[in-house]
Amino acid sequence: MTIGILALQGDVREHALAFAELEVATTPVRRPADLEGLAGIVLPGGESTTLSMLLESSQLFEPLGAVIAGGLPVFGTCAGLVLLAADVLDGRPDQRTFGALDCVVRRNGYGRQRDSFESELSAPTLAAELEMPDSALPAVFIRAPVVVTAGPGVEVLASLSSQGGGRDPVAVRQGSVLATAFHPELTGDRRLHRVFARMVAR
Amino acid sequence: MTSDAAGAAPESERSTGTFTVKRGLADMLRGGVIMDVVTADQAKIAEDAGAVSVMALERVPADIRRDGGVARMSDPALIEAIQEAVTIPVMAKARIGHFAEAQVLQALAVDYIDESEVLTPADEAHHIDKWAFSVPFVCGATNLGEALRRISEGAAMIRSKGEAGTGNIVEAVRHLRSIIGDIRRLTQADGPEQYGWAKHLSAPIGLVQEIARTGQLPVPLFCAGGIATPSDAALVMQLGAEAVFVGSGIFKSSDPPRMARAIVEATTHYEDAEHVAKVSRGLGEAMRGEEMTEITERLADRGW
Repeated sequence: MTIGILALQGDVREHALAFAELEVATTPVRRPADLEGLAGIVLPGGESTTLSMLLESSQLFEPLGAVIAGGLPVFGTCAGLVLLAADVLDGRPDQRTFGALDCVVRRNGYGRQRDSFESELSAPTLAAELEMPDSALPAVFIRAPVVVTAGPGVEVLASLSSQGGGRDPVAVRQGSVLATAFHPELTGDRRLHRVFARMVAR
Repeated sequence: MTSDAAGAAPESERSTGTFTVKRGLADMLRGGVIMDVVTADQAKIAEDAGAVSVMALERVPADIRRDGGVARMSDPALIEAIQEAVTIPVMAKARIGHFAEAQVLQALAVDYIDESEVLTPADEAHHIDKWAFSVPFVCGATNLGEALRRISEGAAMIRSKGEAGTGNIVEAVRHLRSIIGDIRRLTQADGPEQYGWAKHLSAPIGLVQEIARTGQLPVPLFCAGGIATPSDAALVMQLGAEAVFVGSGIFKSSDPPRMARAIVEATTHYEDAEHVAKVSRGLGEAMRGEEMTEITERLADRGW
């Protein structure tokens, strides 16, 4: 079982190291031929506008969109969440997404880098699924997107109190799609990578 | 919504400006191209071409070199116009040691501050105490000792200095080879030798020991200074740079949108020579460039 990591730009290495800790093999994906034989794919953090341009110029957008639509498990973090969303606010007008997740996201919804932050989340669903204690889940938000709306089919695995009151979903799952607004790969906590590895093995 | 939506679990505070958050943005820029821009229109061209970030400044290094005089932080109005024009992170430069310029850049909410030798230094002995800021800093380095001194002052990203504004890659290659070569050699050093390295590099022993153990810098290493073609980008990425800064190389070329896009693609596909060849075809003229012996002052010598 090998998980592909989209390796056009961004924090590819951190995802590879996270799966290596779990003894799950990964391979970089830079061209259409690299998609063959994958059991799942990761869309890492990076700049979503750059990634979407490079997906086009590398002729990856259509074939990757097709395998995701076909049910290949996909895990997107930050820019990866933006690429999976149904619609993007405050993006570029020509920015394309795979639309695999019934969510509307706002790019840089938490502000500029000065407002980037670390926090700790509660994720009881993950703890129950992994049969691990529900300890605080460290989360690093870097110019992160905000999930503005999530459709009825979207399961919220963790949320964060929003500045306007209420709560923003920050870890979501819908069928074979897992996505986070934060970067679990930048912390030592492997719960989200474990959950994704289970989705892939299923 | 899940059970925590009821607010059962207490939530920790949001911690901003931590080192994880600072270096995290550098991690997100890896494999990308950061482009110097002097107008909002150029910033749009850079974003359209796939830049991961833009560096807002009043003159590109080639013009600073030509014009002479004191080069300072950019006009806040220019930085704000560029922030308005694009959605990608915006960086700006402060003079070496000029912490008041850096405070202004932080107040403007730029995403990264470059304490840069391209501007005229404000302090002949000290760099900015970068730990005092919540906005992250990138600093230039010509060798491993300089890189470690900047990291010890709080830099969350290191870039080679190269020789800005020359369009000549030779200095960036020298700096990258020096930094990466010394990291490799350091991993072979035993305990007592590591103290010798710390003395030789004029660098803190803690960082020297960390590199001997991990074999890498504790922050990302990018390349800057002299990149003018897609092949230049592919060269420095293969040498071990994790992303590239392109200063004069784009907007001093004959077709900036195409050159910008070609360098972006070459930085991603740096191991795929056929792809680099494809994007290099018919690009028009690269910036003119200068031989090192033609240069009277080396910007890379600024910084201590």
